[in-house]
Amino acid sequence: MSAVADTHAQDHHHGPASGISRWLLTTNHKDIGSMYLMFSFAMFLLGGTMAMVIRAELFQPGLQIVQPEFFNQMTTMHGLIMVFGAVMPAFVGLANWMVPLMIGAPDMALPRMNNWSFWLLPCAFLILVSTLFMEGGAPNFGWTFYAPLSTTYGPPSTTFFIFAIHIMGVSSIMGAINVIATILNMRAPGMTLMKMPMFVWTWLITAFLLIAVMPVLAGVVTMMLMDINFGTSFFNAAGGGDPVLFQHVFWFFGHPEVYIMILPAFGAISHIIPAFSRKRLFGYASMVYAVGAIALLSFLVWAHHMFTVGVPVAGQLFFMYATLLIAVPTGVKVFNWVATMFRGSLTFEAPMLFAVAFVILFTIGGFSGLMLAIAPADFQYHDTYFVVAHFHYVLVPGAIFGIFASAYFWLPKWTGHMYDETLAKTHFWLSFVGMNLAFFPMHFLGLAGMPRRIPDYALQFADFNMVSSIGAFMFGSTQLLFLLIVVKCVRGGEKAAAKAWEGAEGLEWTVPSPAPYHTFSTPPEVK
Amino acid sequence: MRVHAQRAGALLGGLSFPALSLADWTVNMTPGVTGTSNDIFDLHMTIFWICVAIGVVVFGIMFWSIFAHRKSQGAKPANFHENTLVEVLWTTIPLVILVIMAIPATTTLIDMYDTTESDIDIKVTGYQWKWQYEYINEDFGYFSNLSTPSDQIRNRQAKGENYLLEVDNPMVIPVGKKVRFLLTANDVIHSWWVPDFGVKKDAIPGFINEAWTRVDEPGTYRGQCTELCGKDHGFMPVVVKAVPEEEYNSWVAEQRAAAEKERELTQKDWTMEELMERGEQAYATACAACHQADGSGAPPAFPALKGSAIAVGDITDHIDIVVNGKPGTAMQAFGGQLNEADLAAIITYERNAWGNNVGDMVTPKEIFDYKNEQ
Repeated sequence: MSAVADTHAQDHHHGPASGISRWLLTTNHKDIGSMYLMFSFAMFLLGGTMAMVIRAELFQPGLQIVQPEFFNQMTTMHGLIMVFGAVMPAFVGLANWMVPLMIGAPDMALPRMNNWSFWLLPCAFLILVSTLFMEGGAPNFGWTFYAPLSTTYGPPSTTFFIFAIHIMGVSSIMGAINVIATILNMRAPGMTLMKMPMFVWTWLITAFLLIAVMPVLAGVVTMMLMDINFGTSFFNAAGGGDPVLFQHVFWFFGHPEVYIMILPAFGAISHIIPAFSRKRLFGYASMVYAVGAIALLSFLVWAHHMFTVGVPVAGQLFFMYATLLIAVPTGVKVFNWVATMFRGSLTFEAPMLFAVAFVILFTIGGFSGLMLAIAPADFQYHDTYFVVAHFHYVLVPGAIFGIFASAYFWLPKWTGHMYDETLAKTHFWLSFVGMNLAFFPMHFLGLAGMPRRIPDYALQFADFNMVSSIGAFMFGSTQLLFLLIVVKCVRGGEKAAAKAWEGAEGLEWTVPSPAPYHTFSTPPEVK
Repeated sequence: MRVHAQRAGALLGGLSFPALSLADWTVNMTPGVTGTSNDIFDLHMTIFWICVAIGVVVFGIMFWSIFAHRKSQGAKPANFHENTLVEVLWTTIPLVILVIMAIPATTTLIDMYDTTESDIDIKVTGYQWKWQYEYINEDFGYFSNLSTPSDQIRNRQAKGENYLLEVDNPMVIPVGKKVRFLLTANDVIHSWWVPDFGVKKDAIPGFINEAWTRVDEPGTYRGQCTELCGKDHGFMPVVVKAVPEEEYNSWVAEQRAAAEKERELTQKDWTMEELMERGEQAYATACAACHQADGSGAPPAFPALKGSAIAVGDITDHIDIVVNGKPGTAMQAFGGQLNEADLAAIITYERNAWGNNVGDMVTPKEIFDYKNEQ
């Protein structure tokens, strides 16, 4: 391995290939990282457009714009695209770019597999999106695709959906193997595990979660495939199967999945807050243990998504207690971030704005999560807009703001230019207001009794739905501004120093900005 | 505790939105009308105030830092980055709070699961997209369909007060009695929810779930299906009327008599016109959601009946698919859902409406014999 790296080091003219083949054939972690990020942003806009269709239909009571059949396709595709197309690939993109730079490695451990795992994704989403144009329409059973609605009663395109999920799963597993192989084998001399940057730690743990649960997802969709096409009855009660089995298997994947979507953001935020507080991260060791504890507990709480399916009371109590327990390590993380800011020397550039909003709003999402964990109360919250509010609070200002914070934080390193701070702050404030306007009223709607996934609603829900739609349109249109900011930053702007931020720490800030095509051909020394 | 929690809830709502405290801007859960729903409301308010308290402390320190420790204010960074005592404290204190919270939650949950010693048992079956209520010991049952006219949904007519939350036949229960619900489904998973009772339980094909309630105040209580169950998931409300016991008893007597009359319909001699008339109505309630009022369907999931091979073909095949359904598709077996008169009327109607004009008919008696032969 080191022999290969040395050959590259001597070849000073070995830059990127030109034209389309640079992108098709590249094995460079920076190129692949960029492709992941661009793909994820494209999917974010596509999934966002579907959210706009949903909010437009829900702007007023009555059916105005779409029919219920199409509405269900929109909610399903919005969820699938945002989870598998926007959030997960964005974090893989960040890992590709930053993990080697942070641990002083020349590239990912398995560069060809890296290329393959990226290029599988556009194929998977091409298949998934094409179902919209098939006879019978796209999947319409929600992103959780509960059987038997998705099997016996699913549209003909379900088989294509299953194939797309399989390909995404393969891509994720390969990406995760690559991250683990890189982190465990390619750290610079002297970088012990407990000296690793938090982002690297959170990604290491995320990668193990991915390897553990993506095969479970593959299993559940394969059982669906069998039920639909080969006459088995895994989930068909009439044939001796069990519709609840589906939910157990799905949520055994699904709950760790929500941590897959948030842990890397925890990591990135743990770099950004110290950098703009000009103070070391408080409680590094407890942060690491907290992430580990969250990951382990995430395997023991899946049935809290199923409190109303009739789990026996003992099981119900177990899952309630285990879920409440997750609040402890999560609380530790929030307290540590606040303690890092406490008595620092704070400035509020765009990455810090997004990071501070992340801490506040993710915590609000955590609070509603705590409320949902109380099993008896969950009987009222379950499958209402309260749940929709909850998971959008942990995913939008959680995962997505974490991604925006990371993007602004590391854009100078990627492009060699500072982004336009005024525009970025505008992007932040419009997103912040729009997002809260869109999702906060959903708490009220849920508590007042509005079920989720309905295209039309009773009159008492009209006012807050209108507010929510206005907020959603504001949030959605604001994201085009982000595209403008990034394009502007790639094309020019104030030159960024190697260490673009005064308080930033870590190996990635020791290489020039923009980071050269090949970095750390000789490993740095970590003391 | 309960009174305090309610007052606190009202205060919170009033404080946050003084100008908007009209009905439409409801921001909180309502306590409901049963012991369970009140217990849930108390839990909800307790955990809510715990979250508020934690939030005030954490965000308070954070905002203090944001205002006082700015670089622009000349703040110099301190150098600390760990403190074992503080870290142990903020791990254990939340743990203690959670244990305190888990105790009342456990009590409530165990109470909710106690479905023993019920006075009345009602079997609730979810169908795409309606509910069936069967009074197990009383020998009658019926379907409960959305009664909001399609013109209101399509914005061709002003929306009524209970838009989307009204049904043709509500469930009727007596006040002060423990009512046990046995929930199941015929096709996909549904979920039966009445917020005012604090009862939500999934109705799952192949399973029978239990839930119970005891309502003390007479009134009409409204809810909805809460598990995505296909196209018309948003259009299958739950309406329960709680009535005094005497009223309930006379209602039951009426229903039993009506059910007996329905059974007699099978033996009656029917003419084509009578079947067509009954068929049009029955088709509208049972079939039109998928196959459309004009028989055009929504292919490929819901085929057109107008001119279809089955509707204009051999009548035995037609009876078979309506009575037994078509496994592996959305076409349900209606043999158990509809009475013989409605089945005969619907089949006759489908064969002779929208220009199908086959000209033949099937009588309720023939359907009865067909079912018995199977």
